[in-house]
Amino acid sequence: MSILVRNVSKRFGDFVALDDVSLEVESGSLTALLGPSGSGKSTLLRIVAGLEAPDTGEIVLAGKDATALAPQKRNVGFVFQHYAAFKHMTVRENIAFGLRVRKRPKSEIDERVDELLGLVQLHGFADRYPGQLSGGQRQRMALARALAPEPQVLLLDEPFGALDARVRAELRDWLRRLHDVVHVTTVFVTHDQEEAMEISDQIAVLNHGRIEQAGTPRDLYDRPASEFVMTFLGDANVVGGALVRPHDIELLAAPEEDAVEAMVVRVTFLGRDAKLELHDADGGEIVVLLTRDRAEELQPWRGQTVWARPKRDRVLARAG
Amino acid sequence: MPRHALRLAALGYLAAILVGPLAIVFWRTFENGFGPAWSALTTPETAHALKLTLIVTAIAVPVNTVFGVVCAIAIVRRRFPGKGFLNAFIDLPLALSPVVVGLSLYLLYGREGWFGGWLAKHGIEVLFALPAIAIATVFVSLPFVAREVVPTLREIGDEQEQAARTLGASGWQTFRRITLPSIRWAVVYGVILTTARCLGEYGAVAAVSGRIQGRTETATLRVQERYESFDLAGAYAIAIVLALAALAVLAALTLSKSRARAA
Amino acid sequence: MSEPEATAALKVTLLASLAVSVLNAVLGTVTAWVLVRDDFKGKSLVNAIIDLPFALPTIVAGLTLLALYGPTSPIGVNVAFTQTAIVLALLFVTLPFVVRSVQPVLQELDPELEQAAHSLGASRATTFRRVVLPSILPGILSGVALTFAKAVGEFGSLVIITGNIPFQTEVSSVYIFGRIESGDSAAAASVAVVLLAISFAALLAIGAIRHYAGGRGHA
Repeated sequence: MSILVRNVSKRFGDFVALDDVSLEVESGSLTALLGPSGSGKSTLLRIVAGLEAPDTGEIVLAGKDATALAPQKRNVGFVFQHYAAFKHMTVRENIAFGLRVRKRPKSEIDERVDELLGLVQLHGFADRYPGQLSGGQRQRMALARALAPEPQVLLLDEPFGALDARVRAELRDWLRRLHDVVHVTTVFVTHDQEEAMEISDQIAVLNHGRIEQAGTPRDLYDRPASEFVMTFLGDANVVGGALVRPHDIELLAAPEEDAVEAMVVRVTFLGRDAKLELHDADGGEIVVLLTRDRAEELQPWRGQTVWARPKRDRVLARAG
Repeated sequence: MPRHALRLAALGYLAAILVGPLAIVFWRTFENGFGPAWSALTTPETAHALKLTLIVTAIAVPVNTVFGVVCAIAIVRRRFPGKGFLNAFIDLPLALSPVVVGLSLYLLYGREGWFGGWLAKHGIEVLFALPAIAIATVFVSLPFVAREVVPTLREIGDEQEQAARTLGASGWQTFRRITLPSIRWAVVYGVILTTARCLGEYGAVAAVSGRIQGRTETATLRVQERYESFDLAGAYAIAIVLALAALAVLAALTLSKSRARAA
Repeated sequence: MSEPEATAALKVTLLASLAVSVLNAVLGTVTAWVLVRDDFKGKSLVNAIIDLPFALPTIVAGLTLLALYGPTSPIGVNVAFTQTAIVLALLFVTLPFVVRSVQPVLQELDPELEQAAHSLGASRATTFRRVVLPSILPGILSGVALTFAKAVGEFGSLVIITGNIPFQTEVSSVYIFGRIESGDSAAAASVAVVLLAISFAALLAIGAIRHYAGGRGHA
């Protein structure tokens, strides 16, 4: 099911959470809403789910205006950051909940629950209570629960935010693989750019209630539309009035046009890369990432004067 | 040294004020065996008094339970004008003297009261009859369920309810399957407190019931009446029944306290 | 309200309530301390007993106190129909308030604070005065406010043991009751308003203490 967000705005008192936001989500895709806290991404997700109402604008689901629809009627699955597990029900009962309120026959429910338990690999835990599960298991249960009533859209609000780093990485990959199997239109909220870059088909970067840019991970990384997007998605340096990625900087032994003079302050070998920290004439710091081969060619040393030049086409001109 | 001194002080204090007096009454009542106590309890007026207390409790507890749960949900989960007022109103019976409560009812429903004239015209008896006793008891036992449920609801948060909505549950389904189970121990604890209050209410009921023997005397009023009639044994007998009920309440409270706080 | 009997009753009420508040502040804190910091067999039973005044009808409370401290007292103590009886009865009904207000605050207190004070050379008394007391003060104060509010309006437990002697052991609530029974609702109402004002003041005080202490403090 495709999702269309049209000119949505939302305030909470004086605080503008979303400012005229529009976004298109293709049916069957995996989209990330990426941004720092307070950027409005969770608010947008909740508006799509129907858990909040926009002040202005529309939400169109599968071609039909859903703006005024209650969450019950939107057929969306929602996964919360802190699981929102029904503590007094077993895992099985949790997963079955959406089907039970739709009054499906018991045999159908049992079958579907077993199917999902297998999908999320929680087979042996069916009769346990959420309190007896680890964080990662609880979130897998929450996913199964959201998927049980066969929603047309799956929405996840910082689904791995409450988990430790290792589990996050595991579940992140697992989510992508799940999506490849289940093919439900999925939108998830995160502040972790690595997470967004690794698994999404499309990323929408939000800042201060606005979408700065939306596109494939590659688009956003290679052709950022603004300084914010560039610095949010990766490291960037200021070289000669423009923003450049550390690995897009050339180092020359002699002055040339467009090259900035700088002194090598520190050289670190990182295995397959070498990281050089330079100080330019104004004392500004430039971080350069060189391949090992290039570093061996140059043989940089502390105190050496070099000239740094951004590789063509890899530059974002800085506004002011 | 200070440890034992403190312990002695605390335990001594409790013994002198709480346990000692209660123990004496038990002793005095059964000094001469069960017989006198039993016959004191089975006089028609006393039996009626006990029955009346139970009837009033059976009215007040369900009313206040429903009221308490509804108010708690409204206070914690909804915004509406006058919410602060409702919150304060619920706490009111705790701070008021029971006699003041009785007086207010008297002023409202008495012959010269606000509603008195209208009620008299329609032949409805409120004061000096069951309705007044019931109203008084409902009012003084109002806060307990709400005050227990409110913090529990706050602590739980509404994410589970949001999840239920996204899964397709209607308002009623969400309430029945998610909200209610999550507050059940708080409700139980509140109901126990409410029941104890209803059984033990004296001041407010004394002011509005007229204390007509065999008609509008509750168990607590009967204790006072027996004492004033120099029937100490009779007073003690009823007091024991009420005390036993209180101890049962205490036991129930202790059992559910841990569940209510930990759940 | 200017009637001498009414003013006398109010004076008796306020004095007794004040006395009980002070007594409870100390004894209640001691009890809470013992329940939290000490350990002995039967402690959980003792902890449960604290709630007895919440469960026991006030009139029964008065009767039990009369049995132990009245004319038929087995230990020979007879304070019935005196102002001491008022204090006794009020102590009974207000016992749980300070204890239950202080307990959770004491519970949450980090033992490391006191350990730090000891390691810096403070005696136990000093540590209590400077480290513990300030932290549990909001709990004590809100317990005292509840105690005072309850004591001022208490009725059932006083009816039997005090004899309700005007100008001596008659409290305001009994006075009001008497006025209702004799049909003088105006006099009853005026004294009731005073009691109401005191109750509200106590409620406000509790709210303020809770707000100031950031939501800590029980009940």
